[in-house]
Amino acid sequence: MKKIRTKWTKKHLLGIEELSAEEINLILDQAQGFKEVLERPIPKVPTLRGKTIVNLFCEPSTRTRSSFELAAKRLSADTLSVAASSSSFLKGETLKDTARNIEAMKIDMIIMRHSCAGAPYFLSKWVDASVINAGDGAHEHPTQALLDVFTIKEKLGKVKGRNISIIGDIAHSRVARSNIWALTKLGASVTVCGPKTLIPAGIEKMGVRVACGLEEALKDADVLNVLRIQLERQKKAFFPSIREYVKVFGINRESLEKYARKDVLIMHPGPINRGVELSQDVADGKYSVILEQVTNGVAVRMAVLFLLSHMK
Amino acid sequence: MDILIKNGRIIDPVQGIDKKGDILVEKGKISQIGGTIKKDKVETIDAKGKIVAPGFIDMHSHLREPGREDQETIDTGLRAAVKGGFTKVAAMPNTDPVCDSQAQVKFLLERAAEVKKAGLLPVGAITKGRNGEQLTEMEELKEAGCLSISDDGSSVDNADLMRRAMEYASMVGLLVISHCEDRELAGDGVMHEGFWSTVLGMKPIPAEAESTIVERDIQLAEMTGARLHIAHVSTAKSVAIIRGAKKRGVQVTAEVTPHHLTLRDEDLKEFDANMKVNPPLRAAADVKALKEALKDGTIDAIATDHAPHLESEKEKEFDYAPFGMIGLETALPLAARLVEEKYLDWTGLVEKLSAAPARILGCPGGTLKKGEAADIVIIDPEQEWTYTKDKVVSRSSNSPFLGWKLKGAVTDTIVGGKIAVRDGKIA
Repeated sequence: MKKIRTKWTKKHLLGIEELSAEEINLILDQAQGFKEVLERPIPKVPTLRGKTIVNLFCEPSTRTRSSFELAAKRLSADTLSVAASSSSFLKGETLKDTARNIEAMKIDMIIMRHSCAGAPYFLSKWVDASVINAGDGAHEHPTQALLDVFTIKEKLGKVKGRNISIIGDIAHSRVARSNIWALTKLGASVTVCGPKTLIPAGIEKMGVRVACGLEEALKDADVLNVLRIQLERQKKAFFPSIREYVKVFGINRESLEKYARKDVLIMHPGPINRGVELSQDVADGKYSVILEQVTNGVAVRMAVLFLLSHMK
Repeated sequence: MDILIKNGRIIDPVQGIDKKGDILVEKGKISQIGGTIKKDKVETIDAKGKIVAPGFIDMHSHLREPGREDQETIDTGLRAAVKGGFTKVAAMPNTDPVCDSQAQVKFLLERAAEVKKAGLLPVGAITKGRNGEQLTEMEELKEAGCLSISDDGSSVDNADLMRRAMEYASMVGLLVISHCEDRELAGDGVMHEGFWSTVLGMKPIPAEAESTIVERDIQLAEMTGARLHIAHVSTAKSVAIIRGAKKRGVQVTAEVTPHHLTLRDEDLKEFDANMKVNPPLRAAADVKALKEALKDGTIDAIATDHAPHLESEKEKEFDYAPFGMIGLETALPLAARLVEEKYLDWTGLVEKLSAAPARILGCPGGTLKKGEAADIVIIDPEQEWTYTKDKVVSRSSNSPFLGWKLKGAVTDTIVGGKIAVRDGKIA
């Protein structure tokens, strides 16, 4: 494995906003090395042997949780998974107490997903362990953005100067926010597109263009990152019906043929609502890199765990 | 014991006084003011280099008793009040039980009389149990001792009910204090809707949640002839509406909190739940508009909205923490920044903290006139101090200003001629 001089100095990974382009590239370079490890017959290195990594997931997750667990195991760390739904959270135990109790069992790192923005920041004040944000409400999902950027870089050679369009419920999306930070820091051009009701106030000040419709968002795009539309939003009057959402914002063969370049890359953080934001054939189509995102996710998370453990 | 305050800079906006002199307090009343006074067998307070002003009156405080004595009691709350220079505090009725009957009002007045610190002005509820459905017996509330009513904590959602409440209140002669918030527009938001709520991914509360109800209540006040006071104004939009209404001659007054003048939505980037307040901290442009509004008189008073919460209640994920911060003990130094920033002079500041609240509520105080009860605050405008947890007098310490270096301190507070705070210590 290529030895990289570690310049990582942060104890936690709470968001992309506080990272520099150099730090992002450091993670991506490290991830490239770990991706090679994952292709070996025995995809394991002893780097984090003896370290204990806790997954504290207070929200459901398939990809992120499995990905982090595998990443830790591939690095030979000991892992512990605490799912909020079967823990004493149900008895009213606070996050602060939960974290400190687990830490009292001598652990090194906590990876947390939580429905409240800022929860990992809160957690980092009460534990000595390193904290990794696996998604906090609508705020950030740093490892998702990192694996997204890794995938783009791998497929297109570079991120700088590329046109990326993020489509969907931007207002409630942590994936959108983290991606916006990562992509703009690396010099990409970012466009967000979705129903006006789901475009949050002042987002242009984050350095993105707001597209009024799919035509504007798809034209010239190198990559489409399609976000899951939460069906509950329809109940709260963000859009009148799924039917209309699909008609206006659905990424399917029709809309792609009408507005997009033929070879535009299709990305999605998962889980997909097939037939809603993304049609079946596009999701499984030639230019979809959705499953590659998942593969890359393990490598990226290995890089993050490695760098945080070896923080200077 | 009688008190002689010497060498202070006496500021009394009501009498138009701003000059050095002495004040003599005899038998609980101001007996002489100005010039050099000589008297023996008195407690002498040397106010050299200090400002001597009418005791502050907080138009908006939550003392939590009855119901949440773990957060604050009338005792601890009124102690915090005098420490902050307040000689009278209006207690909001969202207690448990709600202050919506003569029995509740009398309980509050009795407790305050037992505690013997600052005076307590009970604010009665507009609706029974603050349920937004049935009017309280306002005549009874007035007789028991209320000067004002409010459902603070929420708006009266039903506009027709608010109209009738104002009509009735104006008949009885009660000030209506309105917490203006459209429940649906605010939704489950936790911070101001703007660039920062977008960056932080937090559920937003638009400015319009406040301003639409400010507009509504002002129109209802115009219609009914009621005296309306807008609580904790936080947005430029609301300021503009109030300014226009005053120009038209509507009987509306308004207050702003020290924290809305000091902090902005951007300050929430550390997710400190002690900054979670309702109405939320707003954008820089709103803060500027609030300061301009104090300067031009659109906003009449500064009130704390002192809202104690337990440490365990605030030490949570931002979304789960309750709204509110304490403020009685930091009001003066934070408000004094307006003088530094040249929005107000000291006379103007004393007006906002003392004279205006008295005038709006219609209570005695807010002045150093001869013959008035001696409610006096002595301020050292230059004293620098750090607000630390061990100094907090309130039972709760949910303040984002802990650790701040502050300038301006209340050194002595006199309530009804009795020394409540002497040299920064509660007597």
